[in-house]
Parts: sequence; C-alpha cells; structure tokens
Amino acid sequence: MRTSGRRRFVTALAGIAAMPLLASRAARAQADPFAALVAQVTGGAPVTPGRVTVDTPRLADNGHSVPLKIRVESPMTAADHVRRITLLSERNPRPIIAAFYLSLKSGRAEVATRVRLNGSQRVLAVAQLADGSYWSGSAEVEVTESACLDAS
Amino acid sequence: MNLRLLPACLLAAGLMFAGGAGLAQRAADRPQPLKSGLDFAGAEVRALQQDDIANPGMLWVARGAQLWREAAGAQVKSCESCHGDASASMRGVATRYPLLDPGSARLINLEGRIMQCRERRQRAEPLRYESDELLALTAFVATQSRGMPKDVKVDWQVRRNFEAGRALYYRRIGQMNLACANCHQENWGKQLGPETISQGHGVAYPIYRLEWQTLGSLQRRFRSCLSGVRAGMLAYGSPEFLDLELYLAWRAQGMPVETPGVRR
Amino acid sequence: MVARVQLPRTAKRGEVIEVRIAIQHPMETGFRYDMSGRPVPKNVINNFVCRYNGSEVFRAEMGSGIAANPYLDFYAIADASGELVFDWIDDEGKTGSERVSLTVSE
Repeated sequence: MRTSGRRRFVTALAGIAAMPLLASRAARAQADPFAALVAQVTGGAPVTPGRVTVDTPRLADNGHSVPLKIRVESPMTAADHVRRITLLSERNPRPIIAAFYLSLKSGRAEVATRVRLNGSQRVLAVAQLADGSYWSGSAEVEVTESACLDAS
Repeated sequence: MNLRLLPACLLAAGLMFAGGAGLAQRAADRPQPLKSGLDFAGAEVRALQQDDIANPGMLWVARGAQLWREAAGAQVKSCESCHGDASASMRGVATRYPLLDPGSARLINLEGRIMQCRERRQRAEPLRYESDELLALTAFVATQSRGMPKDVKVDWQVRRNFEAGRALYYRRIGQMNLACANCHQENWGKQLGPETISQGHGVAYPIYRLEWQTLGSLQRRFRSCLSGVRAGMLAYGSPEFLDLELYLAWRAQGMPVETPGVRR
Repeated sequence: MVARVQLPRTAKRGEVIEVRIAIQHPMETGFRYDMSGRPVPKNVINNFVCRYNGSEVFRAEMGSGIAANPYLDFYAIADASGELVFDWIDDEGKTGSERVSLTVSE
C-alpha cells in the first residue's frame, strides 16, 4: 500500500518535472523567430524550404564582417527565374539585412556579400521566383567575442 | 705597439665583442620559425587578404594612389611631382622603416616620413594618425614593397632605440601585468579565448582589422594591446612606439611585407 | 567614393561573367557612439544598381546589416560589347559611380 502510493507520487513528480521540457519543445516548434518577418516579405504567401543555399563560415572570425553567399537553383530563363532574394537575420537589431533584385540578364542566381551579425544566430534567405512562389534556405553562424578589449 | 694603449684596445675589443655577441644572442629573441599573422588567422581572413578585390585594405591603397597624384599645399605639388611613379621610386622603401631621420636624429616611421614630406615639402595641412589620407598614403607606399623582405638597419646610431624597444617588449605592464613577450614570444600558437596568438610582427601594416571596420596603423594596434592589458595609454607618435616599431621590425627581419594585411 | 571593380575585360557572347565590386564606405549603423558619447548618425549605402548597356542587371537594397566597405559579387550574361555602370547612394544622399567597359566577341 505504502509502496504503490510512493510510486504514484514519484511518477507524478517525474511527470511534473517533464512538463517544462515538453512545453518548451512545443513552444520552440511554434515560435519560429522568422515567421512574422517572412510573412511581411511574402505578403503572407507560403514559403517552401529548398532550392536556396546560404554559404557562410560555421564560425565567424568577427561579427562585423561575415562572408555570405546565397545560391538559388534556377535556370534563370524567362519562364523560371529568381526575381528577388531577401536576407533575414534572427538577432540583428534590423532583421532585414538586404534585398537583392536579379534580372533575366543575371545568368546565375548567386549573390555574395559580407554581413554584420549581432551574435550567434541563423540567417534566412527567401527567394521569390517569377511564378510568384517563395523558397528559402538558411545557415547557422557562431559569432565569438574578441579575446581582448580593444579601446583603440 | 704602444703598450699603454693595450688596455684601451682590449676594452674596446671587449665592448665590440660583447655588443656583437649581444645582438647575436638576441637572435634567439626571434621566434622560430618566423610566421606571419596570416598563419594564425582563420580561412576567411586568409582568403580576404589574398584576394585583391575582396581585401578591403585595397580600397585605401586605391585612395592612396589617387592622393599620390593630387597636388596639395602651398607648393602645389603632388607626391608624384617629386617621386614620380611610386611603383619604381617607392619600391623597397617600406622594408627599411623605421630608420633614423638624419635631420632630427630621431627614429621615423613611414607615417612620420609622409607627414614630414606633407608639411615641409608640400607645405600642406599636417596629416594625423588614423586619418583616411595618412592611412591611404601609408598603405599605398608600403604596398610597393609587398613581398619584399623586411630589412631594417640596427647600427650604433639606433642602438639605444633598439634597446629601449626591446626593454619595453619584455616589460610587464598594466593591470594584467603582461609583457608583449608573454603572448607573442612565449605563447604564440596557443589559444587566447577564441583567437590563436600570433607572433605579433607588424609586417602587414597598415591592416584592415575586422574589429575596427577600417584600416589602421601599427600604433593603433599597440594602443589596442595597451588597453587589452589595461596599461597606461601612449599617444600616437610616442617615442616609445617608435622604439617598439624598430624592435618589431628587427624581430621580423626577412619576413615579406604584406601590406595591406587583413586581420580579425 | 572609392570603389574597385573586377570583371573580365572580354567575354564570349552568352558567357556568364562574375562581377565583383568593393566600395569604401563605413556603413555607419547608427548604434555607435563617438569618443564624446554622442551617437554617430546612421549612414549606409542603401541602394546599389548595376546597369549593362542601359538595362538593369542587378540591384541591392541594403541596410546596416551589410558590413562596412560593402562588397557585392553577382553575375551577368555578356550579350553585347558596351559598359557596365554601377551607381549607388547613401542615406546622406551622397552618390558614387563606376563604369567598366566589356568587349563581347562571337
């Protein structure tokens, strides 16, 4: 009698302890930090992950200047080409880093630049195609602090 | 032989020998093997420096090339008026600096020489350290020696400067009580936070430092180290900095000039 | 504004060429403070266009999230000899421009 009561109590405790863990997992799945921003960019149109690659170093030398290349799989023909690529940041104070507009004279849907990243985060590139569809790709970047204070 | 002169001769010989042996012994001050800061940098920084279009420092070199041709000052002369084509006249120049300025009997670095020409020969507004113009001209002139080995002369005329520079290099300073040597001589190659400590040579200066988001001089880097160890700050152009530049240049003997370098 | 451009001087018709440009500009974020504690006003190159023989090939709308001394690398189809003209403007209204000739052979 006493044992089953204790067992039930311990099981209940374990259940209560697990709740925050389960809740945060569910919360993370729902609260996509990019959701609102992407909706702003696409006007609410759905975005399919794919066709877009974001190349960055996994570990950035310095958050002030991180090389980044966006590649979209596209034949760049009149029927099938990339119109615009929007680059979004998860943690920067201004989350829309840039928008790149390509043309039928581009030939290749690739853009490279250097960005500022305000700490370790994910960057997301959303490509708008000629047919109005949206595709996305992302990359995670670790941004470290400088070892010494530089007040030069 | 006049024997009365013998002790003097022996003393002189002894001093010369000691001096020579001193410098030879101090060759051990040079890290072995000599390595560029690039060897300790990540792949992205290396890629930036080795690609002239991606290297942000090249923008200052381009600006320097413009300034080289622009007339300035009361004399309405450009650098080109006297020095002609920089790729010829400035070739090898940066390998020899800092050196003794005969006019003032003081050490002078490349920035100092450019400032001097600007003021005395062009009779133009003086240029300040870390100004866009001085950085551009220094980078432009130094780049003309890119790839050439550093070759400063440390003779009796600059011996005291050299000794002072060396003494500073090995002196513990600041709240953190660290000497340049503690990091760059004794612990190069090891990690300090996320960074790998370099040998601290200075042959790539002026450099584009990602941290600064702009080009900067060697003395700016000295100042950032001083703040790093929480030591008293020295002003740009301080004699201590010139002495230290000489010591560093001697220490980097034979290393190729890399200007404009890129560092994190 | 100082800028440096890299692209091939000659290309075959239909060839896709790589265009690279670096512009000297602080891309001031507006989040920094000067030595007196005063905020440094935001000033970035906000618009960049590349036109090839008059028609727009590439455009970038940029913010302070683009690193200082902005670098852009994009592509264009070499279809006729002529000029690639690059124009840009910053928040203060300062403009910059570069033009590079391209010779296209059959």
